[in-house]
Amino acid sequence: MIVKTIKVDQLARVEGEGALKVVARDGVVQSAELNIFEPPRFFEAFLRDRMYSEAPDITARICGICPVAYQMSAIHAMENALGVVVDGPLRDLRRLLYCGEWIESHTLHIYMLHAPDFLGYAGAIEMARDHADIVRRGLDLKKAGNAIIALLGGREIHPINVRVGGFYRAPRRRELQPLAEELKRARDGALATVRWTAGFDFPDVERDYEFVALRGDGEYPLNQGRIVSSRGLDIAAAEYDEHFEESHVEHSTALHAHIKARGAYLTGPLARYALNAASLSPIAREAAREAGLGSVCANPFRSIIVRAVEVLYACDEALRIIDQYEEPDRPAVDLEPRAGVGFAATEAPRGMLYHRYQLHADGKIADARIVPPTSQNQPSIEEDLKIFATAWLNLPDDALRHRCEQTIRNHDPCISCATHFLRLDVDRGR
Amino acid sequence: MARIRPRLAVWKFASCDGCQLSLLDCEDELLEIAGEVEIAQFLEATSASVEGPYDLSLVEGSVTTAHDAARIQEVRKQSRFLITIGACATAGGIQALRNFADVREYAAIVYARPDYIETLATSTAISDHVKVDFELRGCPISTRQLVETISAFLAGRKPQTPPHSVCVECKIAGNLCVMVGHGTPCLGPVTHAGCGALCPSYNRGCYGCYGPMETPNTPSLSVWLSRLGMDEDALRRVYRTFNANADAFREESERHDR
Ligand code: SF4
Ligand code: SF4
Repeated sequence: MIVKTIKVDQLARVEGEGALKVVARDGVVQSAELNIFEPPRFFEAFLRDRMYSEAPDITARICGICPVAYQMSAIHAMENALGVVVDGPLRDLRRLLYCGEWIESHTLHIYMLHAPDFLGYAGAIEMARDHADIVRRGLDLKKAGNAIIALLGGREIHPINVRVGGFYRAPRRRELQPLAEELKRARDGALATVRWTAGFDFPDVERDYEFVALRGDGEYPLNQGRIVSSRGLDIAAAEYDEHFEESHVEHSTALHAHIKARGAYLTGPLARYALNAASLSPIAREAAREAGLGSVCANPFRSIIVRAVEVLYACDEALRIIDQYEEPDRPAVDLEPRAGVGFAATEAPRGMLYHRYQLHADGKIADARIVPPTSQNQPSIEEDLKIFATAWLNLPDDALRHRCEQTIRNHDPCISCATHFLRLDVDRGR
Repeated sequence: MARIRPRLAVWKFASCDGCQLSLLDCEDELLEIAGEVEIAQFLEATSASVEGPYDLSLVEGSVTTAHDAARIQEVRKQSRFLITIGACATAGGIQALRNFADVREYAAIVYARPDYIETLATSTAISDHVKVDFELRGCPISTRQLVETISAFLAGRKPQTPPHSVCVECKIAGNLCVMVGHGTPCLGPVTHAGCGALCPSYNRGCYGCYGPMETPNTPSLSVWLSRLGMDEDALRRVYRTFNANADAFREESERHDR
């Protein structure tokens, strides 16, 4: 066996160069090892001794595709440590901002990364030659998501307007009105996206995942909620470390997260949907039904439809928030530094994101821990590959590689960057 | 016959992907750009890949591994023009905070098996390794400036990216100065323009994400910032974020080292 040295940052988005090693004996895949190369960036280390208030700007830089998720998780964890709860219109605005990120990031994943796989194109730009209208629809949808983030956050990537305690400036009611017009069009585009993706040709496979997602009080989860699972877990974010652990696997220095009692689990759209479908808005629920999703979808290739349903929900939810928005008296609540520990989990587009910070009395960070969706989903992705690849083993390497890449892209737009040049190493035992 | 279009390549080093995402965020111009250039390498957007040489390479991210230090040499050899995009590529990015610390200690904080981690002790800008034809600043870069820069290179002219400070953009935007008006500390006077004075427009002080402007007077600004209540520690931190290794910010932060 070839031994490889792997350098992986469990913190940064996992992307860059990826390698997959599949070992098969007698036509059965025995192991599938996904190795991802990404230069370490050391966020948890250099967060130490920074002020609690600097964390949202710094952690945003972990990922340019989901900066809002990192900002929101950091902010909620800091507020938890400082003993404040931000409610009312400020909470609604945060939810609105997160809707923007779901729309933008999911649409990027659907149109640019995932759909080209189903339709046989290398990417959206190639797809646009034959399907200009469809790609245009995707770009318009993405733009609507970005418009929310740009208005509330100042800019689409690494927003500048959010802070622990609230915002630097809260928008006026009338500033949100033009967004509503754009979002009504986006909602139509999102519905069309659900119908479009539902018509793809999906491999007929299912998996028995343990789904893990947040669950809010009757609302589809974004910023808050208890951590629940399809096998009965129901805990507060503060209890995450008691139930989950990260470990080294033999083949990789990448940390893989497991549920201590059981092992691999899956977060992301399939998990959120399985655990919260009843809290979708009527229009999203109806679209899901029409697309044939059922109450649980366990075919990872169909995650593209669930993602489209979530975009539809996010457009609808954003419209609801804009419609009911009352300007807050002040853009942020007052905060006093104090020693403590704070926890938070939020729903990044691609899955749950957990942050924990320990603060000194002067508000400086003593210790930071961040568990991104990638390290949580990686064991399940490897299991997907192990289970599905047996059926594909007789394909030529190129076709097999493409199938494997697609299997990874089912879950994660970030790993999928890597899988665009996935190095495949198959040991068929012959 | 199809006309020969210039070949564009996008490369990633240590980064968050935000700057290359800025290209995909040009929703209105993306298909137009794709019509004008041949996108020959752009992993975030397409699995198609065309071999070099390339007319224009956009490089995101900083150099933090020996492998990447070698790879940037290859990219340079393959590229007629090489433009860096963003604070990572032009100044080492947030990951350059390791340059002020012991990288082994950092590795031990983050990893259970730090001995597995292969990384350089520093995070450096692309121009520390190869000749760079143009540097586009920002963390992230502005999509408007990116479109301008690509257009300029296609047209064979110099990109219009003004070298003045964020303060000038504030005046253009008609903002009340947050330092004078509200006593809010702001790096605007020493920060390169490009964002359109975003933070002050949202009642916030600039935190310097576009890096130092040409010939900034950082020592003088620090005097003003300390009058607004920032202690030595805060002064050190304020210059040490996304452009920590840019000369002017690094030197000023070191003046406030304990
Ligand atoms: S400069 Fe900022 S936005 Fe650009 S890649 Fe680096 S961290 Fe991301
Ligand atoms: S930190 Fe400064 S340069 Fe960056 S967006 Fe804010 S005002 Fe602009």
